[in-house]
Amino acid sequence: MKLAVASGKGGTGKTTIAVNLARVLAEEGPVQFIDCDVEEPNAHFFLKPSLDTEREVSILVPVIDRVLCNGCGECVKACAFNAIAVLGHKALVFAEICHGCGGCARVCPTKAITEQPNRLGVVSTGPAGNIFFVEGRIDVGTPLSVPVTKGARREIKEQDGIVILDAPPGTTCPVVAAVAGCDYVLLVTEPTPFGLNDLKLAVELVRELDIPHGVVINRADIGDQGVEEFCRREGISIHLRIPFERQFAETIAHGGLLVDAFPAWRPKFQALWHKIQEEVTV
Amino acid sequence: MKQLLILSGKGGTGKTTAAGVFAALAPNKILVDCDVDAADFHLLLAPEILETHDFDALPGAKIDPGLCNGCGICASVCRFEAALKQADGKYYVDPYLCEGCRVCVTACPAGAISLVDRLAGQWFVSSTRFGPLIHARLIPGEENSGLLVAKIRQVATQKANEKGYDLIIIDGPPGIGCPVISSLTGIDLALIITEPTVAGKHDLERVIQLARHFNIPVQVAINKWDLAPEKTDDIEAYCAAENIPVAGRIPFDAELVKSIAGGKTAVEAHSGPGTEALVALWENMSRILQNKSAQNQ
Amino acid sequence: MKVVVTAQTNSLDSEIDPRFGRCQYLIFVDTETDSWVAVPNPALAEPGGAGIAVSQFVADEKADALITGNIGPNAARGLAAQGIKVYVGSHGTVKEALAALKAGQLTPASGPTVKRRSGM
Ligand code: SF4
Ligand code: SF4
Repeated sequence: MKLAVASGKGGTGKTTIAVNLARVLAEEGPVQFIDCDVEEPNAHFFLKPSLDTEREVSILVPVIDRVLCNGCGECVKACAFNAIAVLGHKALVFAEICHGCGGCARVCPTKAITEQPNRLGVVSTGPAGNIFFVEGRIDVGTPLSVPVTKGARREIKEQDGIVILDAPPGTTCPVVAAVAGCDYVLLVTEPTPFGLNDLKLAVELVRELDIPHGVVINRADIGDQGVEEFCRREGISIHLRIPFERQFAETIAHGGLLVDAFPAWRPKFQALWHKIQEEVTV
Repeated sequence: MKQLLILSGKGGTGKTTAAGVFAALAPNKILVDCDVDAADFHLLLAPEILETHDFDALPGAKIDPGLCNGCGICASVCRFEAALKQADGKYYVDPYLCEGCRVCVTACPAGAISLVDRLAGQWFVSSTRFGPLIHARLIPGEENSGLLVAKIRQVATQKANEKGYDLIIIDGPPGIGCPVISSLTGIDLALIITEPTVAGKHDLERVIQLARHFNIPVQVAINKWDLAPEKTDDIEAYCAAENIPVAGRIPFDAELVKSIAGGKTAVEAHSGPGTEALVALWENMSRILQNKSAQNQ
Repeated sequence: MKVVVTAQTNSLDSEIDPRFGRCQYLIFVDTETDSWVAVPNPALAEPGGAGIAVSQFVADEKADALITGNIGPNAARGLAAQGIKVYVGSHGTVKEALAALKAGQLTPASGPTVKRRSGM
């Protein structure tokens, strides 16, 4: 069972939900936690894994043999991204624009192009108690995040029980890379017009991808009724409402887990899991 | 003309709430919402859309099932795992995974693959009670938000130059990826709104690194600072060590959340401690920008 | 010498377009005969790498020098490889810039004037 925790908008408490759920579930069986928020991976603050293995994520970019290259320009025609040009009679590669598609190398008539890895980020793994923890992290200044998300997902051991994926916020490509192929998406939102607006976009996306989904409302008591009304109208279940509490905010600020600091919340997260399971098996 | 960008690293730190207050207080400016992925600024500004423009993505590959013979060459050449086998043995291209590299189009021996145009989103020129707003909407699941950000910023700069606006206020995207990189270039001042949490501090450090990479002057403001005063001290100490000015602290104020619910900026809705702090923050920004203009002359 | 100037419209009286990769027009001028031709920027609608695509175009047209406002590092690298002289920071009309070039008032740039990926 793969569960992605996502939110149209950042800062709604997506990671909070994901890590607390992982903690209570890990008491009953193996759990894998995949931090796919590769621009801002934060789950490690809460689950405190000892990351003992690191793997670089890179794409293959062309390297030109200036002796073999005759400047014919076939590679330029093949590149959809303008990442290569013939200037000064030789092909010139602009690696930061290159998507690593390999198109140029395939067409070069003189075999002047070889491909070499260009690093985009790193995937780290290690145990966090009973949890097998995976984190993808892009290098600062790298515009391509999807390969790093895919790299993190590649660490998933398919046979091993529950997988929780912390998706990046928003609704663009990197989110699709994180939630595609999951059995369920839990959408975390806030009861404000901002939260509602972004929730609508997120719902549009998961519907398009045809993945069952439900909602958690965080800071449920400050705001308005918009999110509740929207979910009722659209037939989306609200599985959990977490009120605003200064103590919660403080716990989270210091990297604490709600289910540890406030044991009364443990059954609520367990109940959340059961509701999700019911919807998946239906 | 100056450009002020408001960033957050992590989302949900109150970036748009601050941008709303700046929009209400700044004279003679253009507003831009660069959070094209989850645009929220318009909820405070109630824009009247004057112009709508399409934004095209790179064309994607499409397989004609009538011509596909199921050889699977497309899947073997595609580096993005976008060409997938169907139950009937033929192949199709997942539009979400396709990056438009065209490699499969040339490789297909049956000539079954062609390129089709894709709409990635739309961008708008609007008028609001605080002046013009340039904003956009990316279709959920689409990519290339960085280019859309570059596009609307270019439109805003052009308009500002034509009509003689002094300032562009930009509500930036979250994160540190491609759209943030696009939103940072050519900025005169970036204000990063952060929260006093371990995650907030970590994200702040990553955005600061990025802004430095592009040589952009940075100021920091700490929202909800009183929810974790020690963390606030921690962040301020970090900023001091890094030589980054802290331009303001905003206390937690539930009224700020309510003002949004009414579709109003905080200054229009009430005058609690949160609003006061945001007004003071704007005065700070305004002074810094004026000094910069003076230096340029 | 063949000079190319980035322009906002298709005449010699046009203002210089400060952008290179995303300029509206490219005006090619033969400085010996003063004959000229304006071409719409073929890379204007490119989703990415416009600066590189325009560099390639300018190189294919065998221009010897370029006059524009700003140039990014990718285009700067490409044009340098091709040996095209680049004059940046120019403003005013195309005509004025050409006169300034002939009078020896323009100095070639040695590197990029805007940061990486500005037009991404
Ligand atoms: S690998 Fe693909 S994107 Fe990179 S230069 Fe070659 S053709 Fe262009
Ligand atoms: S296709 Fe090969 S030989 Fe032709 S320009 Fe490109 S690298 Fe050089």
